[in-house]
Amino acid sequence: MEGIQVITEKCIGCKLCVEACPYRAVEVINKLAVIKENCNLCGACVPACKYQAIIITARKEAVAEKIVLEGYQGVWIFAEQRQGKLSGVVYELLGEGKKLARYLGEQLNAVLLGNRVRELASELIAYGADKVYLVEAPELEQFQDDSYAQVVANLIQRYRPSIFLSGATSIGRSFIPKVAVILGTGLTADCTSLEIDSKTRLLLQTRPAFGGNIMATIICPQYRPQMATVRPKVMKRATKVERHQGEIIPVMMDGKPNIRTRILEVIKMVEETINLAEADIVVSGGRGLGDPKNFQLVEDLAKILGGAVGASRAAVDAGWISYSHQVGQTGKTVCPKIYIACGISGAIQHLAGMQSSEVIVAINKDPDAPIFQIADYGIVGDVLKVLPALTEEFKKSLY
Amino acid sequence: MHIIVCIKQVPSTTQVKIDPVTHTLIREGGIINPFDTYALEEGVRIRERMGGKVTVISMGPPPAVESLREAISLGADEAVLLSDPAFAGADTLATSYTLSRGIRKIGQFDLIICGKQAMDGDTAQVGPGIAEHLNIPFVTWVRKIEEIREGYIRVQRLMEDSYEVIEMSLPALITVVKEINVPRLPSLKAMLRAKKMSLPIWTANDLDVDRSRVGLNGSPTKVIQTFTPPIRGKGEILTGPVKESAKVLVEKLRERKIL
Repeated sequence: MEGIQVITEKCIGCKLCVEACPYRAVEVINKLAVIKENCNLCGACVPACKYQAIIITARKEAVAEKIVLEGYQGVWIFAEQRQGKLSGVVYELLGEGKKLARYLGEQLNAVLLGNRVRELASELIAYGADKVYLVEAPELEQFQDDSYAQVVANLIQRYRPSIFLSGATSIGRSFIPKVAVILGTGLTADCTSLEIDSKTRLLLQTRPAFGGNIMATIICPQYRPQMATVRPKVMKRATKVERHQGEIIPVMMDGKPNIRTRILEVIKMVEETINLAEADIVVSGGRGLGDPKNFQLVEDLAKILGGAVGASRAAVDAGWISYSHQVGQTGKTVCPKIYIACGISGAIQHLAGMQSSEVIVAINKDPDAPIFQIADYGIVGDVLKVLPALTEEFKKSLY
Repeated sequence: MHIIVCIKQVPSTTQVKIDPVTHTLIREGGIINPFDTYALEEGVRIRERMGGKVTVISMGPPPAVESLREAISLGADEAVLLSDPAFAGADTLATSYTLSRGIRKIGQFDLIICGKQAMDGDTAQVGPGIAEHLNIPFVTWVRKIEEIREGYIRVQRLMEDSYEVIEMSLPALITVVKEINVPRLPSLKAMLRAKKMSLPIWTANDLDVDRSRVGLNGSPTKVIQTFTPPIRGKGEILTGPVKESAKVLVEKLRERKIL
């Protein structure tokens, strides 16, 4: 095995290295340690050997060294796309990224990965991107952590942006942490506010923690890029810029990515026509609905409003609706323009998932329910009567 | 199968204190992070089906050993705490690095299971970070393990509007969502065992770590300010007949121009 060496004079075949290896890549043959091809040079066997008989000659792991900050320039956003369509959060990243780039007097660039997605690059330019780094390959058709992380990390190493933003989506929150580890830089999760410090020109990344009970502002002073994932629906969307000029830069992948996972099937969830995290309006139901069949009333209202259906943990735990609808600390965090809580008392764990919504409406029969403490509008009454009345009124008003 | 489950002790309430000088958390006791209880349960279930061992690992101050004891009472076989003042103040990069070194010291494993995220930090970054430090494949947001056998796993990953069926070779790492199982309650026998067990605590000296990469020093990100978010003002309660209230509400929403 290249990059690792067993010093045969020192090895006594004690098998300590065999036990230490997480990958079962060491075998003792004729009282001598032999490193097999599946060794990934992690180095676990080196300190395990009492006889200093194993040495690693090539270390491929990223060593976090302090880097020179000069030479890192520009704001980059990850242009997430699924099935050839840009995710909603990308437009928000373009809006926010433009703001930061303007303040710094630098460019706003986008990274687009996929297969035959060139037309999306023009869309990104129309919405304000100065450059789009476009990497197209059949292997990038579907999102996979390994391939996306390798390609994005390579681009960052090559072009050195000073700021890198991605949506805090299922995709972004999965592979961006891997990119940050490859680069040995900092990453702030799920930011709700981004600003540039006027003196230091550092990115001030503000995010909620502890279910939104505390806000923290975080900086990454000595490493680049400064990386953050951004909560969907919080930042202002970019608007189309008339005749905006931009440049598409096609980039070839450096060889084939090493993809260690394989997607066998993608199953659309039928009940979920609208993506909860990206919906402008969310109508959620809780135990106050009294019966699982009453979720129909919630669905009716959501449908009229073109919104998504959410649920409290209690309703999910009771088996009334699937987990993918759960809003709250152990479910999803949503930030719609209007959140309508129907028969939800408002446990702190639920509030954690929805309290940053723009307008909150609560319907509950208990006037002391905590949900009313944070609701902009409350209706005290029987949710089974209020819901159909609301659906009716919206129908009249909107159509 | 040797399964390693990563857990974090988190404050038992959402009421937390922040050190005004360092902006780091003041930790006073706590519970196993809820998402990690699903990770632990899944690990124990795999062992019950296939045999093997579940080792739980955590990084935290010495009191975190109580959460490891709880993990033993919930079915884990062994547990180890990584604890050293040098580890304190770690961000997700330093934490995932330190945990990966602890896992390396544990030795051979087939699968690492983490909860989707911790409910205090809410970052979801440590699981993927550990996988990258160990150079193993990972799948996040796992809602079901469809099949697991020597060297192979097939799982369902929950995405925004779909789920994906994904396979990979072991060793690997998964992070799990709540949907995956319903954790059991501790058994009396396991509780007694947990009480008597002495659990190892590994310090920086016990691990093959580069000291510049752990704790506050090894953390590229720094918290410079913490504050409580502005409290939402109490809103307007609409009274009167249901139909009337509904009408008023729709008007008010229209006035705000968000419809």
